[in-house]
Amino acid sequence: MKTATDDTKERKAWMSLMAKAPERRIPELLDGAITRPHFNWLRVPEVGSVMVRGRSGGKGAPFNLGEMTVTRCALRLETGEVGHAYVQGRSKADAEAAALVDALMQTDFREKLRGQVLAPLEAEQSEARKVRAEKAAATKVDFFTMVRGED
Amino acid sequence: MYVAVKGGERAIENAHAWLAEERRGDRSVVELSVAQIREQLSLAVNRVMAEGSLYDPDLAALAVKQSRGDLIEAIFLIRAYRTTLPRLGASCAVATEAMACDRRISATFKDVPGGQILGPTFDYTHRLLDFKLAAEGETVSAPTREAEPAKVPHVTGFLNREGLIEEAPHDDTPPPDLTREPLEMPAERSLRLQALTRADEGFTLGLAYSTQRGYGRNHAFVGELRIGTVAVEMDIPELGFAVEIGEIILTECETVNQFTGSKTEPPQFTRGYGLVFGQTERKAISMALVDRALRWEELGEDNVGAPAQDAEFVLYHADNIQATGFLEHIKLPHYVDFQSELELVRKLRRDAGAEQIQEAAE
Repeated sequence: MKTATDDTKERKAWMSLMAKAPERRIPELLDGAITRPHFNWLRVPEVGSVMVRGRSGGKGAPFNLGEMTVTRCALRLETGEVGHAYVQGRSKADAEAAALVDALMQTDFREKLRGQVLAPLEAEQSEARKVRAEKAAATKVDFFTMVRGED
Repeated sequence: MYVAVKGGERAIENAHAWLAEERRGDRSVVELSVAQIREQLSLAVNRVMAEGSLYDPDLAALAVKQSRGDLIEAIFLIRAYRTTLPRLGASCAVATEAMACDRRISATFKDVPGGQILGPTFDYTHRLLDFKLAAEGETVSAPTREAEPAKVPHVTGFLNREGLIEEAPHDDTPPPDLTREPLEMPAERSLRLQALTRADEGFTLGLAYSTQRGYGRNHAFVGELRIGTVAVEMDIPELGFAVEIGEIILTECETVNQFTGSKTEPPQFTRGYGLVFGQTERKAISMALVDRALRWEELGEDNVGAPAQDAEFVLYHADNIQATGFLEHIKLPHYVDFQSELELVRKLRRDAGAEQIQEAAE
């Protein structure tokens, strides 16, 4: 049986996935999958900043590194499910689509959206990561120790 | 003192129109798009994000275009825009040990677990102009090799195991924020790091270089330099858990510095730290060297009077927007000020002249 923690973990995973999607990709996939349902805004899309923190020495005390742009919104479907979105960048349309997917993932549209929105996003992101990692791997140095000249 | 003046509206409007025309340049040459700047002048874009203190490549590229490539002007535009954004919160500290590394090198360990990854670097290029780029030739695509999904641990961790390097004790105190509270002395390390990561690259580089040349020498080795992508996570109060809100490219530099011990600390290696938005390795290395120099007091070292050891001097002069704002304001009308200076000099000369006549008479 699934627990509340599993649900949270799953929701965290799809919200995180959508936060990193390229601009316009979520609305494109969402509209390719379903006709958007009616909803009411709980919080209209808002562009803001988040202060990103690092740690001194990589693991010591936190410090403020600088901000990044983030767009957030929240909405409620007519069937009651609430969707939230926090996406990187300044696209209100992307935030709206992400919040709709978040809400719809709590309805019977779940499987359809998993297959037609989340799975392609996941595949694209992991492919992009893989290609970069492979280019990096090709620049890995294979050291061999030279025999020193002195006897 | 700057005194507001009226008049000149027409001249200003016309000057701005001409600026726009000059920005566009020769119209027979294709106009640059923001996307072209973002993709092809990405290191300029990275510098603008780092010193503008806002991670948004599209905005930084727009700023570079608008400023005609004057990066400090572009940084100014980003800083101004930044102040218009509501702050939605602060992220959890980014986990740089989980970075997807494009580049990762160590100057201290040859066989470092995870390997030496050169990445897209200018190192080992011959610094000869490449006229093929002027001919708009096709670029070759980068070779690939199967990547092992291995973790890439921090190099300083290996020294930690032997107890040869000072620890960076874990701490979760919310850090001070100089964008909210004015920077005041004495500045704790977290505040210094915030100031340094957004500091002018040239100023930071010059100070770092001064420590290498002997002004507060601290014998830095690049223990590790890594560039790559990290996820940014934030606690969402309305959800009650943290989600990723995006991912950013960072450059991290950890220096390992010789330290012969002091009244309070045993001989060991000490650390300097640099962490900067984007692929910005000159800045990150400079930041680490200056960070280390500024730590003299907490490590019980002597203050040898080097500029890089003087936190007030470093931090109050490192911000290029503050600096340029004050510097450039002196070109704005100071007519009233200058009028009074003029009066003063005339009066002094009159007095001096009168004295001379007096002396001659005596």
